[in-house]
Amino acid sequence: MFYRETGQYKTTYAADRAIFPIRQDRVAMAILLMIAFVAIPLVANEYWLRSVLTPVLVFSLAAIGLNILTGYTGQLSLGTAAFMAVGAFAAYNLEVRVPEVPFLVSFVVAGLAAAGVGILFGLPSLRIKGFYLAVATLAAQFFIEWLFTHVPWFTNYSTSGVITAPPMTLLGFSFESAESRYLLTLCIVVVMAVMAKNMVRSELGRAWMAVRDMDIAAEAIGINLMKTKLTAFAVSSFYCGVAGALWAYVYLGTVEPQAFDVLRSFEILFMVIIGGLGSILGSFLGAGFIVLLPIFIANASGVFGDALSAETIAHLEFVIFGGLIIVFLVVEPLGLARLWQIVKEKLRLWPFPY
Amino acid sequence: MQKHFIAALAALVLALPGLAGAQEQSGDGGEQFVPVTSYRTGPYAVSGIPFMDGFIDYLKMVNARDGGIEGVRITWEECETAYKPDRFVECYERLKNRGERGASVFNPLGTPLTYAVIDRLPADKMPLITLGYGRTDASDGRVFPYVFPLLVNYWSQSTAKIRYIAGLEGGHEHLKGLKIANVHHDSAYGKETGPVLARQAEEYGFEVDHFPVVHPGIDQKAVWLNVRRYRPDYVILRGWGVMNQTALKEAARIGLPAEKIIGVWWSCAEQDTVPAGDAAIGYTCSTFHGNGTDFPLIQDILLHVHEAGNATGPVEYVGTASYNRGVINAFVTVEAIRTGMGRYGARALSGEEVRWGIENLDLDEADIAAAGATDLVPPLRVTCSDHEGGGKVLFVRWTGETFEPASDWLEPDRDLVRGMVEESAAQYAAEKSITPRSCDS
Repeated sequence: MFYRETGQYKTTYAADRAIFPIRQDRVAMAILLMIAFVAIPLVANEYWLRSVLTPVLVFSLAAIGLNILTGYTGQLSLGTAAFMAVGAFAAYNLEVRVPEVPFLVSFVVAGLAAAGVGILFGLPSLRIKGFYLAVATLAAQFFIEWLFTHVPWFTNYSTSGVITAPPMTLLGFSFESAESRYLLTLCIVVVMAVMAKNMVRSELGRAWMAVRDMDIAAEAIGINLMKTKLTAFAVSSFYCGVAGALWAYVYLGTVEPQAFDVLRSFEILFMVIIGGLGSILGSFLGAGFIVLLPIFIANASGVFGDALSAETIAHLEFVIFGGLIIVFLVVEPLGLARLWQIVKEKLRLWPFPY
Repeated sequence: MQKHFIAALAALVLALPGLAGAQEQSGDGGEQFVPVTSYRTGPYAVSGIPFMDGFIDYLKMVNARDGGIEGVRITWEECETAYKPDRFVECYERLKNRGERGASVFNPLGTPLTYAVIDRLPADKMPLITLGYGRTDASDGRVFPYVFPLLVNYWSQSTAKIRYIAGLEGGHEHLKGLKIANVHHDSAYGKETGPVLARQAEEYGFEVDHFPVVHPGIDQKAVWLNVRRYRPDYVILRGWGVMNQTALKEAARIGLPAEKIIGVWWSCAEQDTVPAGDAAIGYTCSTFHGNGTDFPLIQDILLHVHEAGNATGPVEYVGTASYNRGVINAFVTVEAIRTGMGRYGARALSGEEVRWGIENLDLDEADIAAAGATDLVPPLRVTCSDHEGGGKVLFVRWTGETFEPASDWLEPDRDLVRGMVEESAAQYAAEKSITPRSCDS
């Protein structure tokens, strides 16, 4: 009834190629952004901003990164957390050694450093595919974790090997409060998400998808495989690197190499799979699902009070979480993004589907 | 099917903020809220469960026996961290404003967890007790006003181990020429004693070499082959979790007597020695607390909590190393709150007021005897600049069934450690542009 594009004519190429060609979508997006930028900082308390919404945003960014590589280009990677670690440690080292650099610049450098490392570990993808590539990227995961644990230069010779991020100031404004940190993360994530959305709609993105669907055919129509795969690794790692820097600076404020272990890589891979492979929206939905659900279960189990022991509640969380993942994947193997698409299609016909 | 599913999902999303809102208002008047962050799942749950049972049992006992601290009842809420820093941060943010005047003090029980919140503490005015672990240089209270690595930090424990070895050899002059192998967990925690060992090796003329074990440490054959090649006189075991029992078994396999292995307190619980079987008999490790149930304080817990049918966990845990650590963590927390009430009055205290209480905590022999904890906890005196409090280290030997004391309470090499702590804290202060507060008043 409300969600219908009847009467919306596209008179220019630009209108035809817009990210949201339907007016209702644009309005909904604008409202969503208003809520995210204005309503949430006003309404949400510190707990929600600091320890729920900020990590969701950071993980969304990492999931977008992995989605570009795995969802759009079809290169399975288990090294996501390692690229995040590269970003976090690059930003830290730049800030500590050259304190004059504004932290936003060091975030960009973090992304570039991760991109460089990503290209390096992407090289095997030119020869190997599928599960074999996943194993090769696993090497990146273990090597980088080992490197940061064992070369004290990276942690500025701190005895514990744990780095703490220097304070973030920009033009005299210090990003200390939960609101400012949330808004900073939101700005970076929104800008990079729009960039990613446009990238996957461009020639580059189409080349990625062609390689994903069949690399031999892609090569036959003139796509340079090496260039395409390596740009995918570079862009993906750039996103992960920035996410890692945000994780270390904005969310935790401190980081040790073990925070980016292989389990973190798996976590982000699950976000991409549950959210939807090859979908920017799916990256947000997947990150939201994986981060929010355990917190929700933990909060909800407080309702039972003393009826259940703390031990039972802790394990119940795993049971419900695992169960829901299976339910979701059985109901919709293509992820939450596909579910959303189905909802949209149904909405077009609603309330008279026949 | 799909329609129902989506409806269920929508209901779930809508219910989320409502539930969280209900949780926010759970604080009651006239009660002191103590946040309990535990790990009952994950790779270290074996140690985490008895620890938290001990912690909560002690709080229950204080409520049941004394009606709370100075008449103010203790409330608490448990939050599962699974030993993950990000989960701990979430718990910290969730619990810090609970209760009438906010949370009193956090006990993270894990080095990585400690690091994750250190920078948040000054802004939240929230103290942190890290009893025997955590950030070593936080012992400098001028740079870290909110962090309290009470009793003995990692470096103090390491110097006590050297003192213990010197005792076995018949004096510090006999340390010269000894070879010590430092078999450690390959992580920030494991490597932390490297600098202090190097410093002492130089001072006393012994030799030290490091043998990292990759997490989780289930396969250590190659490591112990290298240890055998090194032919050490003593092995320092700085493990955690499943690594400990494997190390003890491997040491027995290469023919290294268990008496020559000296463990840190994270390697010093029944969970580490029992699975190693005979290989662990004679193994010595350092602690900062007594083991067993032979203390009036532990008897009180058995009487007021376990016999009253209000226990958190099985009675078999009582008296084990992990359980007793939980008890003394809670004991120190409660005594700090009591000290704070001595100044601010018998009412619920805020984090800042509890911080004052910890900083002015002074438990001498008589206080500890009055609490029924003689030899369970060493005397402790915290000051503005010294956030460690001058605890002592007790070495215990595994007999196959229990840990028996193997030494007196040993004094660590405080002068050496203090110098290094101040050096390291100064570096941290410079990095974070903190001006250390003055402690002369």
